[in-house]
Amino acid sequence: MYRIDFNKLRFLVCDDNPHMRRILRTLLHSFGAREVNEAEDGATALEMYTHFSPDIVITDWAMPIFDGLELAQMIRQPEAKGNPYAPIIMLTGHSEKRRVTVARDAGVTEFLAKPISAKGLYQRILNVVANPRPFIKTKTYFGPDRRRNTNTAYIGPERRIGGEAEIFQQPSLLDKARSAV
Amino acid sequence: MAKDKAPAIQVKTYASHHVITQPNPLKKVLRRAEEKDLDDPIARAEAALAGLSGEFKSWMDTEAERLSKAYAAVLKDGFDDDACEEMFRAAHDIKGDAATFGYPAAAAVADSLCRIIEHAPDLEKVPAELFEHHVNAIQAIVHDHTKYDSATVASELSRRLRRVADDYLVQVNRNRPEHLEAILAPSLVPSDQP
Repeated sequence: MYRIDFNKLRFLVCDDNPHMRRILRTLLHSFGAREVNEAEDGATALEMYTHFSPDIVITDWAMPIFDGLELAQMIRQPEAKGNPYAPIIMLTGHSEKRRVTVARDAGVTEFLAKPISAKGLYQRILNVVANPRPFIKTKTYFGPDRRRNTNTAYIGPERRIGGEAEIFQQPSLLDKARSAV
Repeated sequence: MAKDKAPAIQVKTYASHHVITQPNPLKKVLRRAEEKDLDDPIARAEAALAGLSGEFKSWMDTEAERLSKAYAAVLKDGFDDDACEEMFRAAHDIKGDAATFGYPAAAAVADSLCRIIEHAPDLEKVPAELFEHHVNAIQAIVHDHTKYDSATVASELSRRLRRVADDYLVQVNRNRPEHLEAILAPSLVPSDQP
């Protein structure tokens, strides 16, 4: 059994509703987190993201100025100043399947439909900490691999094409981002 | 954690995409727990949430009042973009928060109201009673929360309102298949989940 040392993690919580921020703060502190930064809109969250370099972002979807979806898209810019790889947990009252798909395509790592529970939040955090997925970059997408499962029985069209062309190491963007702060 | 040196990133390049992998930067926060470790962070967090529950009634009063004010503004000035946005936001917050605060029926009614605002082709043509019944139902559920048998009544009220709202939405969207599909699609979350 594994435990998370929450006191070593930095969180950024973004929700325009003060009651929900209070709930999230209470849950995260109870898990053991010490650093929980809060923003009430997407623009402030993006600024705080660059400034604080959080390890995990938890954001609502519907917010003023720009919403959680736009926040995720702005974080997931491979050439951005900040770390584009941080796990993003989308916490939202939207629970329809099409919304989950839209969030996934914006680069969201995990989706947690409200009502929130301690167990649901803990499991999402555990998943992003223990089971990070590789990132995929295409002409239209940059974010965690959207294929969580390998389905050998899949018979539809294959969107990813081409054999392996080249493998190389590059300096960590995370390192660059953090050294810039 | 954020001060640790991040490991190098490996990039595999294919014809249509790149696969970018880095050793888990958060691995250091994971530790194996011993058998005798009885610490339960989820139980601890649930207890902390229960400790907040004394404030939930007041929070729900605030949320329900916000919705009533948003609807009053709509009645006064019509469904302009700002008024519509505020009413949707207020209902959407109740939809997301109310079950956590112990008001699952209010969350279900707010969900139904959100669906009307989101999928009605012309909000000015929605029967005023449909909005009024939703807004008043949320106020009543919040106000009468502690009364005997109110949970059963609230649950039945939310089910009936949802049925009426869905019947209306299906009728007005009969020529809008993309909305019809969204209206009829099941939610990923059970309606009365605590």
